[in-house]
Amino acid sequence: MITLEHYLAVAAVLFTIGIFGIFVNRKNVIIILMSIELMLLAVNINFVAFSTHLHDLVGQIFTLFVLTVAAAEAAIGLAILVCFFRNRGTIAVEDVNVMKG
Amino acid sequence: MMIGTDLNTVLPELILAIYAMAALMFAVYFGKDKRANTVFWVTAIVMVVLAVITAIAPAGARTAFNGAFIDDGFARYAKVLMLLASASIILLSKEYLQKNDLLKFEYPILIALATLGMMMMVSAGDLMSLYMGLELQSLALYVVAAFRRDSLRSTEAGLKYFVLGALSSGILLYGASLIYGFSGTTVFTDIASTITGDGLGLGMIFGLVFLCAGLAFKVSAVPFHMWTPDVYEGSPTPVTAFFATAPKVAAACLFARVLHDAFPEAQADWTQIIALLSVLSMFLGAIAAIGQTNIKRLMAYSSIAHMGFALMGLAAGTESGVQALLIYMAIYVVMNIGTFAFILNMERDGHAITDITSLGQYSRVEPARAAALAILMFSLAGIPPLVGFFGKFYVLKAAIDADMAWLAIAGVLASVIGAFYYLRIIYYMYFGDEVDPLTGKMPALHYIALMGAAAVMLFGVINMFGIEGYAAIAAEALLK
Repeated sequence: MITLEHYLAVAAVLFTIGIFGIFVNRKNVIIILMSIELMLLAVNINFVAFSTHLHDLVGQIFTLFVLTVAAAEAAIGLAILVCFFRNRGTIAVEDVNVMKG
Repeated sequence: MMIGTDLNTVLPELILAIYAMAALMFAVYFGKDKRANTVFWVTAIVMVVLAVITAIAPAGARTAFNGAFIDDGFARYAKVLMLLASASIILLSKEYLQKNDLLKFEYPILIALATLGMMMMVSAGDLMSLYMGLELQSLALYVVAAFRRDSLRSTEAGLKYFVLGALSSGILLYGASLIYGFSGTTVFTDIASTITGDGLGLGMIFGLVFLCAGLAFKVSAVPFHMWTPDVYEGSPTPVTAFFATAPKVAAACLFARVLHDAFPEAQADWTQIIALLSVLSMFLGAIAAIGQTNIKRLMAYSSIAHMGFALMGLAAGTESGVQALLIYMAIYVVMNIGTFAFILNMERDGHAITDITSLGQYSRVEPARAAALAILMFSLAGIPPLVGFFGKFYVLKAAIDADMAWLAIAGVLASVIGAFYYLRIIYYMYFGDEVDPLTGKMPALHYIALMGAAAVMLFGVINMFGIEGYAAIAAEALLK
């Protein structure tokens, strides 16, 4: 029997992988974009799991909003990344370093 | 029949949304960037008109869409402040963007959309509208940060802001999902009613911490501040000016809204988090700015420190604390608009200069401008009798009244350390080594903004222009 805890555990693991993907990854900015998507999808699993558990539709509506925003966010992220690539000629994470910090 | 009253409640937001889309269509079909000048002016005028509409709206709280949207005195105070700040930044941006070949019609529209998102944020009464408002604001801000798309610095600023902003949204959202799961609702007032006197459950505490971390990113509070200096440095200067004003007001007010509306019973839990954020921000902002010579980076650390002070009002957790926060944000916005009106014109032979040593002996070249900047710097440092001092005074008083004397003492120490770098700018202008003078001519609007802000800092001490009363009404509306 798969219970709410199982779903929450999967979501928590995916969310943690997403955060680590952003901080540990030293190679490619695209991987960061993928990690961000992973985090948002982990949140969606949480919402849908809670929604069925509580017999409340709000969580699923929230999920639809999150999906929509995630799509817009990815589009803008990729657009900025293309502009950056035109100026820098690379999208390696360690080359995003013109300004210190 | 309900939808009519709902739409009536969100009228200012509705007007701004429809205006932004209409303006986009108009500019695309009729001449694109040739129309930029018109779009700049009309957007600013629309914002000022909306600010007036919001200000004269009848008192009292109204909710719309089953509590997802709240229009009360608190929201209206923040909206008037943000709309006026955005309108002034749009007008101040025009000359600079024109000089740098960046006068595009999208700029004011993006600012309008960001402002719309902020208005949603301060009116949020539900985790869903909170998230949608926050994202509308953030998505528009990512684009304006990378607005000079042929510049490496600007696109890098946009990229960094995007990655860290998206990370913070993810964290905030995870917190929201936990709060939803453990309280069973997303409406703030219903969340508040599920919290009983004997404290929060573990799930809710996790949710609250994640939510606070996400919001702390948006107000650039330490330890979630790393994006601030880079984004401030890399973005075009008018965009930096925008970042330093309206979005900070929105994020700080949203913070107050969520904590006081959704977690009033858990105050003992969140005041600790906010107090920690506040102390760290004040000290890091004050100490890290000492080594900076780039004025835009310096302003970034300055805004981190100022947000620390603003959060001190929130940490107090009282009505006078919220009032102090609101007064502080209003003063902070005016000081920043004046300072950035000056920074926008720091140039030599057409090249923008951001090094503060280039201000050497500036008082001899332009005594009036130097004096105005000196007043603003004294005010940012919080030196009496300027208005900036009263902003700090109110938050410190709120902290002491809430039995958080240690927080107030830390604040005073941080402000003494922070005074060093503000005074250093004044030192360069009056006693520094003589350098090639800056040659930037100041357009009339910028001159008015700089002198106006300095005059406000000087003459505001008489009665603070009544801001105290407005903030009191707003704080009362939030805490009910």
